[in-house]
Amino acid sequence: MNEVTKIDGIGSSVRRTEDKKFLTGKGKYTDDINRPGQVQAYFLRSDVAHAKIKKIDVKDAQSAPGVVGVFTGDDIAADKVGGPICGWVVPCRDGSATKEPPHPLLAQGKVRFVGDAIAVVLAETAEQAKSGAELIEVDYEELSPVVDFENAGEGAQIHDEVPNNCYFDWELGDEKATADALSSAKKIVKLRVRNNRLVPNAMEPRCALAEFDNLDDSYTLHTTSQNPHLTRLVLAAFMFAIPESKLRVIAPDVGGGFGSKIYVYIEEAVCVWASKKVGRPVKWTADRTQAFLTDCHGRDHVNDVQLGLDENNKIVGLRVDTVCNLGAYLSAFSVVVPTYLHGTLLSGQYDIPAIYTNVKGMATNTVNVDAYRGAGRPEATYLLERTMETAAREVGMDPAEFRRINFIPKGAFPYQTQVALQYDIGDYEPHLDKAMEMIDYSNFEKRRAEAAKRGMYRGIGISSYIEACGLAPSAVVGALGGRVGQWESASVRVNPTGTISVFTGSHSHGQGHATTFAQIVADKLGIPMENVEVVHGDTDKTPFGMGSYGSRSLASGGSAISKAVDKIINKSKKIAAHLLEASEDDIDFKDGKFVVGGTDKEKAFGEIALAAYVPHNYPLETLEPGLEENAFYDPTNFVYPSGTHIAEVEVDPATGVVQVVDWAACDDFGNLVNPMIVEGQVHGGIAQGIGQALLEDAHYDENGQLLTASYMDYCMPRADDLPSFKVGYTTTPSTVNDLGVKGCGEAGAIASPPALINAVIDALSPLGVTDMSMPATPQKVWKAIQDSQSVAAE
Amino acid sequence: MYSTKYVKPNSTTEALEAIKSLGDGKFLAGGMTLIPTLKQRLASPDGLVDLSGCKLDSIAEEGETLKIGAMARHVSVAESAVVKKVIPALAKLADGIGDRQVRNRGTIGGSVANNDPSACYPSAVLALKATIHTNNRSIAADDFFTGMFETALEDDEIIESISFSKPTKANYVKFPNPASRYAMVGVFVAQFGDEVRVAVTGAGEGGVFRHQEMESVLSSNFSADSLSSVNIDSDGLISDLHASAEYRANLIKEMTKRAVV
Ligand SMILES: Cc1cc2nc3c(=O)[nH]c(=O)nc-3n(C[C@H](O)[C@H](O)[C@H](O)COP(=O)(O)OP(=O)(O)OC[C@H]3O[C@@H](n4cnc5c(N)ncnc54)[C@H](O)[C@@H]3O)c2cc1C
Repeated sequence: MNEVTKIDGIGSSVRRTEDKKFLTGKGKYTDDINRPGQVQAYFLRSDVAHAKIKKIDVKDAQSAPGVVGVFTGDDIAADKVGGPICGWVVPCRDGSATKEPPHPLLAQGKVRFVGDAIAVVLAETAEQAKSGAELIEVDYEELSPVVDFENAGEGAQIHDEVPNNCYFDWELGDEKATADALSSAKKIVKLRVRNNRLVPNAMEPRCALAEFDNLDDSYTLHTTSQNPHLTRLVLAAFMFAIPESKLRVIAPDVGGGFGSKIYVYIEEAVCVWASKKVGRPVKWTADRTQAFLTDCHGRDHVNDVQLGLDENNKIVGLRVDTVCNLGAYLSAFSVVVPTYLHGTLLSGQYDIPAIYTNVKGMATNTVNVDAYRGAGRPEATYLLERTMETAAREVGMDPAEFRRINFIPKGAFPYQTQVALQYDIGDYEPHLDKAMEMIDYSNFEKRRAEAAKRGMYRGIGISSYIEACGLAPSAVVGALGGRVGQWESASVRVNPTGTISVFTGSHSHGQGHATTFAQIVADKLGIPMENVEVVHGDTDKTPFGMGSYGSRSLASGGSAISKAVDKIINKSKKIAAHLLEASEDDIDFKDGKFVVGGTDKEKAFGEIALAAYVPHNYPLETLEPGLEENAFYDPTNFVYPSGTHIAEVEVDPATGVVQVVDWAACDDFGNLVNPMIVEGQVHGGIAQGIGQALLEDAHYDENGQLLTASYMDYCMPRADDLPSFKVGYTTTPSTVNDLGVKGCGEAGAIASPPALINAVIDALSPLGVTDMSMPATPQKVWKAIQDSQSVAAE
Repeated sequence: MYSTKYVKPNSTTEALEAIKSLGDGKFLAGGMTLIPTLKQRLASPDGLVDLSGCKLDSIAEEGETLKIGAMARHVSVAESAVVKKVIPALAKLADGIGDRQVRNRGTIGGSVANNDPSACYPSAVLALKATIHTNNRSIAADDFFTGMFETALEDDEIIESISFSKPTKANYVKFPNPASRYAMVGVFVAQFGDEVRVAVTGAGEGGVFRHQEMESVLSSNFSADSLSSVNIDSDGLISDLHASAEYRANLIKEMTKRAVV
C-alpha cells in the first residue's frame, strides 16, 4: 500500500469528511429547500383520542386569508389514493393472518389517536394555513379511549377489522418442550418487566416538499427519509398507482432518524397528492409538538419471563409471554419488531435447550409504535439480561460467573438457537473478561464500601447482549412474512481519471457513510480517499436500494460496494492484461497497481481507467469500454454483534438520584472500518440507552392525551447525565460477508438499559430491593428505598 | 404565532403610554416565557411593548440593600461583581437558571412578574425580604406573590427594580426537574442576625411560600441537624408526573438541609 492509503484505508480513524458542512451550519435539509410558488400545508389534527367524526365544516377555512385549498378524507377517497402499508406481517397462533385495518391518509369517519390528521389546509404561508385550520369545525361523537394496552382486549373496538383490539397473537419455539423443561427444572426464576415507551426525537423534525410537473405528469418529493427508494415504491405502487418512473424521491441531508424516518407517513403522501390537486409545490414541516404526537414511538412492551435452571444453575428452558402496544394503526415494521426481531433473539448469548415465546400486538388510541434504535432487540436483551441477573442473585452466584457457565461455548459455532436464528460465529467470554477488567470488577466491593462511608449506595450491573443485524437474507425475510427483499445495492463508477463515484442504496442520516464507504473503496483500490465520492439519497441517481436501519448499512450496503469494486478489479485485470500483453491469470492487483507476476511490468489503476474511457489500445472485440459496475448483495445470514456492557452507579438515598459513575463497553463488531466512527455510534447508543433507563418515558393519560409532549416533561439525556465511557473491542470477524463486519449502530442502545437497571438494583440490594422499572427516576428510586425501609420496620 | 404590533419605547413613561394605546398589550422582557406562549398561539395580545430600551438594567448596592433593575438579564446577575460580593447566593441562583441561551435573554423582572411556581427568583425575593418597585409604588415581597402565576401587580404596572435586603448569610439549593430543569424544589435560606427566612419554590400549589416551622427551628439553631425533627406536610404541595407531593416534601427538607451550611 502506498502512504496515503495506509492513512485512509480500512481500520483507520479517518475524520468524517461530511462534517464540515454540518459543523458550520451548512447542511441542506428538506426544510432548507424551497420551490417557486410553493404553498404551505398545515394538518388539522384530532385533539381527542377516539371519536366518530359526525361532521367536518371547512367553509370558513376555505375563505380565510391566504388559503389555497382545504381537503379532507373524502377528497382523498374520491381520488382513490391508498394509505400506508404494513411491510411485514406474521401468522397468528390460531392460523389466522395479522389483522391489517386500513389507514386512511386523512381520517375517514373516525379518529383514533390525538394527532390523527383530519384535514389539510394549504395556504401561502404556514401561519395562514394554521389560522385557516382554526376555522374548521369538527363535530365529534367521543368514544371511550383505549390506552392501557395490557387490557386493550376489553376496551372499545378501535377498528372493525381488529377484534379485541388484537392485531396478532404470534408464537415461536416449542411450547411443549419448554413446558417440560420448566417443569423438570430445579428452580424457576420469574420476572415481569416493562419496556417503557419512547419518543424518537430526531433533531430534525419530519418535513416534505412535493412538486408536480404537469408537462410529463411526474412528481418530485424531497422528504426526511432513511430509505428514499422504499418511500418511492410504497407511494408509487401502493398509494398512487403510478409508475415509479413518475416519482423521484430525494432524501437530502437528514438530521437523524433512529428508525422513525423509515416509514412512509401520511403527511408525505398528502403533500404529493395535493401538489397535483392545486398545481403548486406543497411543503410541510412538523414542529416539535407534532413530532411528539405523530412520529412513530418505540418499545412499549410488557414481558412475563420464566427461566428454568438445573441443579448446576444451567439454563434448561425459557418462556416469555409478551404483550406490546402497536398504537392506532399498523406501521410499516410494527409487526415484525416485537416478533421476528424480538422473539428470535431470546436465546441471547446462552445455550438454552428449549425456548417458547408468545407475543400479542395490541391496538390502542395512541400513535403508532414501530422500530426505534434496536427495534425488538433492546426489548429482548432487557428482559433476558434482567432475568439473568435476577437468577444469579436468587441462586447466590456472581452474575458474571452465572453468565459464563451458560454462554454458548466457543466451539459450538455455528450455533442453532431454538428460536430460528443460527449464529455463524461468536466468542463471548473474552468480551465479558475484558469488560470486567476495564471496569475493575474485582475491586468493586471496595468501591461499594467506600461509597457507603459517604452515605451513597453503589452498584454494578452487567448486560451481555447479542443482536442480529444486517437485514437480511431475502429468502428468510420472505419465509417469515416480510414483503420486501432485504439486499442492498451499489454502483461504482470509475471516472476517466481514476477517481470514483460510489452510488449506494444505503442512506446516511448521521452515520458517516461518506467516510466509511470511501475508506472501503480506497482500501480495496489502493487510491487516496479524497478520490472517492459517495452519492446517496436520490432515486434518480442511485440504484434501487433498501436504505439504512437495523445496523445494516456496512454489513449489507458496504458489502455491496465491496462486491462492485471486486467486479471493477476483475474487469481492470482484463484491460491490464491487454495493455501489458500478458495473460489475465498472470495479473496481480496490489497497492493500486496491476503487475505481471514475477516482472516489473505494471500499470497504475489510473492508467487502466483512462484506457477504459479512451479505448484506443483496448480489446474492444471482447470487452466493453468504460468502467462502471453494479452489485446487489443479498446476505446469506444475519450478522451477530455481541458484547458485554458493565455499568456502575451511585444512588443518593436522600433524593433517589442515580448517578452513572462508570461504564465499560466491550463489543465484538467484527472488523472495524473506522474505529472513531464506531466509537461515536457506541457513545450515542449508550446515551440513548441511559435515556431509556433513567429519564425517558412517553406517558399518555387515561384519556389518551400525551402528557409528555414537550421537553418540559419528556426528559432527553444530556451530557451531564453521562459518564465518560470506556470503550473496547474483541474481534471475531463475521463469516457472512467478505469484509468480516457486523454492525454497531444499535448495540449501545440494546446493551445499556439492563446493565444500568441491574446496577441500580444491585446498589439497593442491601435494602432488599429486587426490582426497578424503567425509567429509574429519582422519585421512583426514592420510593423504592422508602418502601424497603417500611418493610424492614415491620 | 399571530401577527402582532411591536414597540420599543425609551422610558417607563413611554412604555406606559404605549401599553395604554394598545388596548390588550403585553410587556416584553426577555421573552423566554412570553414568546413561546405566543408561538403556540396560547395568547394573542394586541401588541408587545419591549422594555429593553427603558434603561432598567442597573445593578447597585444602595445602603442596606442590593438593587437590581427589572431588565437585568440572568447572566448579568450571575456575573455581577457587586452581586457576588453582597449576596453570592443570588448570583448562584441566576447562574443555575435554564441554559446559557435562556440566561442571556431572561430577566429578573420577567421572572418575578410571571411568578411561575417552578421559577427560582421568587424564592430569593421572599427569603431576602425584597421590595418590588414598580412605576407607581413599592410592594413588600410578603405581599407580592398571590398565587400560581399571580402577583399583586395591576394591569399595565411595570416592575422597575427589586431591592434585596443584605443577609448575614444566604444560600439557594435547587433540585431540578430532570426534564425542564426548572426547580422541582428550590429552597432559599437567608439569615439576618437572629432571624432566618426559608422560602420554597417549585413545590407549592399556591406558588412560592415561606416555611415557618423550619424558619423558627433554624432561628434557634442554624444547623442541618436541627431540621431532622421537622415534619414537612405534603398537603398543598404539587403532585405531578415527575414528583408526588410526598416526594416533594422529602426534597424540601433535604434541599433545606443542604442549603444550611
Ligand atoms: C428552557 C427554559 C428553561 C428555564 N429554566 C428556568 C429555571 O431553571 N429557573 C427559572 O427561574 N426560570 C427558568 N426559565 C424562565 C426564564 O428564566 C425567565 O425568567 C422567564 O421566562 C421570564 O423572564 P423573561 O425576561 O423572559 O420575561 P418575558 O417572557 O418577556 O415575560 C414574562 C411575563 O412577565 C411580564 N413582564 C416582563 N417584564 C416585566 C416587568 N418589568 N414588569 C411587569 N411585567 C413584566 C411579561 O409581560 C410577561 O407576561 C426558563 C425558561 C426557559 C425557556
